[in-house]
Amino acid sequence: MATLWFMIVAVMVAVYVLLDGFDLGAGAVHLFIAKTEDERRTVLRAIGPVWDGNEVWLLAAGGTLYFAFPLLYASSFSGFYLPLMMVLWLLMLRGIGIELRTHIGEPMWKKFFDGIFALASILLAIFFGAALGNVVRGVPLNADGYFFEPLWTNWRVGEQNGILDWYTVICGVVALVTLVVHGSLYLATKTEGELNFRARNVASALWPVQLLLTIVSLIATVYIAPTVLDNFHKWPIGYIVPVIVFASLAYMFYAYSRRDAKGAFLASCGYIVGMLVGAAFALYPNVLPASTGAQYSLTIYNTATGAYGLRVGLIWWSLGMLLAIGYFTFIYRMFRGKVRLEEGSEHGY
Amino acid sequence: MDSALLIHRLQFAFTVTYHYLFPQLTMGLAPLIVILKTLALKTNDDRYDRAARFWAKIFGINFVIGVVTGIPMEFQFGTNWSHFSRFAGGVIGQTLAMEGCFAFFLESTFLGLFLYGEKRLSKGQHWFAALMVFLGAWLSGYFIVATDAWMQNPVGYERTANGSVQLTSFWALVLNPWAWWQYAHNMSGALVTGAFVMAAVGAFYLLSQKHLEQGRIFVRVGVFAALVASVLQLFPTGDAQGRMLARNQPVTLAAMEALWETQPGAPLVILGQPNVPERKIDNPIVIPKALSFLTWRSWGAEVRGLSHFPEQDWPDNIPLLYYTYHIMVGLGTIFIAVSVISAFLLWRDKLFQARWMLWILLLAFPLPYIANTAGWMTAEFGRQPWLVYGLMRTVDGYSKMVSAGNGWFSFLGFLGMYTVLSILFLFLITREIQHGPEPSSTGPRKTVEAIPAEVA
Repeated sequence: MATLWFMIVAVMVAVYVLLDGFDLGAGAVHLFIAKTEDERRTVLRAIGPVWDGNEVWLLAAGGTLYFAFPLLYASSFSGFYLPLMMVLWLLMLRGIGIELRTHIGEPMWKKFFDGIFALASILLAIFFGAALGNVVRGVPLNADGYFFEPLWTNWRVGEQNGILDWYTVICGVVALVTLVVHGSLYLATKTEGELNFRARNVASALWPVQLLLTIVSLIATVYIAPTVLDNFHKWPIGYIVPVIVFASLAYMFYAYSRRDAKGAFLASCGYIVGMLVGAAFALYPNVLPASTGAQYSLTIYNTATGAYGLRVGLIWWSLGMLLAIGYFTFIYRMFRGKVRLEEGSEHGY
Repeated sequence: MDSALLIHRLQFAFTVTYHYLFPQLTMGLAPLIVILKTLALKTNDDRYDRAARFWAKIFGINFVIGVVTGIPMEFQFGTNWSHFSRFAGGVIGQTLAMEGCFAFFLESTFLGLFLYGEKRLSKGQHWFAALMVFLGAWLSGYFIVATDAWMQNPVGYERTANGSVQLTSFWALVLNPWAWWQYAHNMSGALVTGAFVMAAVGAFYLLSQKHLEQGRIFVRVGVFAALVASVLQLFPTGDAQGRMLARNQPVTLAAMEALWETQPGAPLVILGQPNVPERKIDNPIVIPKALSFLTWRSWGAEVRGLSHFPEQDWPDNIPLLYYTYHIMVGLGTIFIAVSVISAFLLWRDKLFQARWMLWILLLAFPLPYIANTAGWMTAEFGRQPWLVYGLMRTVDGYSKMVSAGNGWFSFLGFLGMYTVLSILFLFLITREIQHGPEPSSTGPRKTVEAIPAEVA
């Protein structure tokens, strides 16, 4: 049962990254690919109706994690106190940037809010990557299952880690590049003309960087945490994950050459899912490894709540997800197709 | 008090108080928007559609701020209250996760449709979107209240070997009797805010001779809703909560009333300052025997005073609890008076000429915010010194690994961030109100506004 909930939380996180990933990526890159006021508005139109709903996946995933693995939630949230507070502030700034620019007419302020939107999106992408890096690398858990990490210590990977060290910084950069590509491809599928052209160019120009970073991060992961390979030895089916990752990258290359933005976007989805599933697969049954010794690691077994709660949760969770999938399909169909400014919108993105 | 505990409490209190300024308006406005959309659908009158569109904009701005200030609430359970989360997460995590899975998806999806989709939807579908936004907002409220209700009155759980609690009955948690009355009281409180704000904006337009036709609609709907909600607030919801408190948290009730000694025929304190060191009330104005009647429906009934309970179980800030409770009740009484008088004037067709009453309606809009805030403070200060009533003390619940220094860092950060949010919010709202509802599209404005009050 705990394994099932581990998968459910992993899937919800993956959905969150796929969905909010493209609007984070679009935010991170929009200053470079959208030059005119009309183009900036087109970008916001493309993500405007959905970004808020995408962020709800973060809350839903957080809530699910909270009830299924209370100790994990308690330990990781208090241990990552400082970066999480900053994530909260960045999420606020980003919401302000998106929503306020549409309410304010002066071009000067529009530029300012565009800058806020871009900066917050870039930093969030890096933070999320670094967070995942921290989980894979392990944290200095004590015997009670708690820890507290400063933002950085000596930038080395050791027993007393900081949030940022050379490894987690690599993870942050991987996340940024991945989401920039993801966001650019989303914009390419939603737009036409110059904007579409520049979005595709950014994505294809980053392809070698993404490939290189993928390889570097995989090598670095195996170097700092050799145990990540154990599950792959135990269940060789897991080797399908790196195959998916590299096949997605290969398909992205192929799609770029055919100017197939939709295909490339789907391949980018495959890449992201592959990377996240790979991380989850390698960790299992750990959910937060301890850098202070394996006996302190948090696992799905020592953090899960009682069997009754997990069983009841499964019933309402399935119901809730069916409804949510229904809404999402509906709203993406409503707002499907390319964004055209001349269609007008009462809200005025 | 331990300084780390102080800062964790301060930060949560500040962020949750600030956050709740926004949902109380959106939860209050949502049913009013449904009423406007229903009127529009029934009468096929464009005025109601325009009114609904105006309030949807106000709703939208409040909703966004509500969302961005709401995310920190969920996070802080883990970041600042990790020992509490480890203890109780298996139970209250259920309701919090259900809020995410049911209410948030519903609300955010249909709000997107409601705000952006009017041109793509039929009239009936747009009405349905408004209804779903209302449902989502009120569902969200229920899950939060059910979470708090479990902390006030824990049910459906068992202790585990490692000292935490786990769920044993889903339905006991979701149908906690405490949650029912608290929810009813809380939602009619939100409706009071929505109604008074709508009436105040209407009164502002009428007093400043702008958007007269829309102003009249706002005042009408606002006053009607204010009357219903203010009465419900006192009876049955407030009354029932008071009696529930007397049974389940008698020490809280004694502290709220600053009742020091157990006595038959206990008086109700209307005004006066609690003097904790001397165990008395300075300058008291009381109604004899009224507290006994209100709690036990008998003038002579015995009500237990604070001295009956060990001092370590007393709420840790009795004066503040006493004041928040009395402010809530005092303002609630004012709401009833204001809404009864204005409803009477509306019925006699005199309200739109009675400028003094319009001034009162305009100036009254901050009061429901204060009353709702004071009400929640009463509930939460009253629960002290417990974090989960009878099971876990607040002093045991905070994140022991997060030092006071880190707590101050984030608290000051929130102060700064929320100052910026407040400025932006006030700027946007002022602009929307200045701009006002869109003028009629069917004809020149003058002819529409010339319609006499009784028709409008």
